[in-house]
Amino acid sequence: MQFGILVNEGPYSHQASDSAYLFARTAIEKGHKVPRVFFYHDGVYNSSRLATPPQDDRNVAARWSKLAADHGVDLVVCVAAAQRRGITDGVLGDNFRISGLGQLVEMGIQYDRLVTFGD
Amino acid sequence: MSDMDDMDEGSGIVKKFMFLNRKAPHGTVYALEGLEVVLITAAFDQDVSMVFTDDGVYQLLKGIDTKGIEVKDFSKTYRALDGYDIEKLYVDQASMDARGLTEDDLIVDVTTLSVAEMANLMAEQDVVISF
Repeated sequence: MQFGILVNEGPYSHQASDSAYLFARTAIEKGHKVPRVFFYHDGVYNSSRLATPPQDDRNVAARWSKLAADHGVDLVVCVAAAQRRGITDGVLGDNFRISGLGQLVEMGIQYDRLVTFGD
Repeated sequence: MSDMDDMDEGSGIVKKFMFLNRKAPHGTVYALEGLEVVLITAAFDQDVSMVFTDDGVYQLLKGIDTKGIEVKDFSKTYRALDGYDIEKLYVDQASMDARGLTEDDLIVDVTTLSVAEMANLMAEQDVVISF
């Protein structure tokens, strides 16, 4: 099955991004496809390579980047939400890209399921 | 609509998208940014329904004035929805009752549904996005 994933909250303050990551990783392990993850609202903050969490904690942005590198997941950050919050190409972590909301709508149209992680 | 520029359109697939609006219009950004997704989805010629439930019913309230809190008033956008062929607007009866609201308090025409009716409508959808 093809899953599209929507992440609506930022890292650390909320569990949404962690849950989305664990869902995506597990779905891939089980043989499903996760072609794209879309970051919206404060979810755009998950893309910042400037975050440096303590060594003994998970690095939310970095593990998204690694999932993308390992499995070809397209990590898309909403341009309008990013511009409001100061997220630009200059701060994006590896394998994230900025694009329009159409990329979110496309997930709903093309994939079998769209799963939202947020409050 | 600049978001349209980089998209691969023309798949010809029309799915039923429901947008579930649960939050008050101000206090958080969900209503404003959610509305942006609704408009883009309509631009993709999808079958769009909007549901207002919980504090989300306040998004449609008449007489919203945001001057005092110095944020953008996007309440007029709801009136423009029919221009985007978004005509399926639903409110949750229990949420309206709990807040002492009737359809006369709202700036657009809506259909009021019971919880059971809402559940049936939701079950018919291909995609449900909740803000």
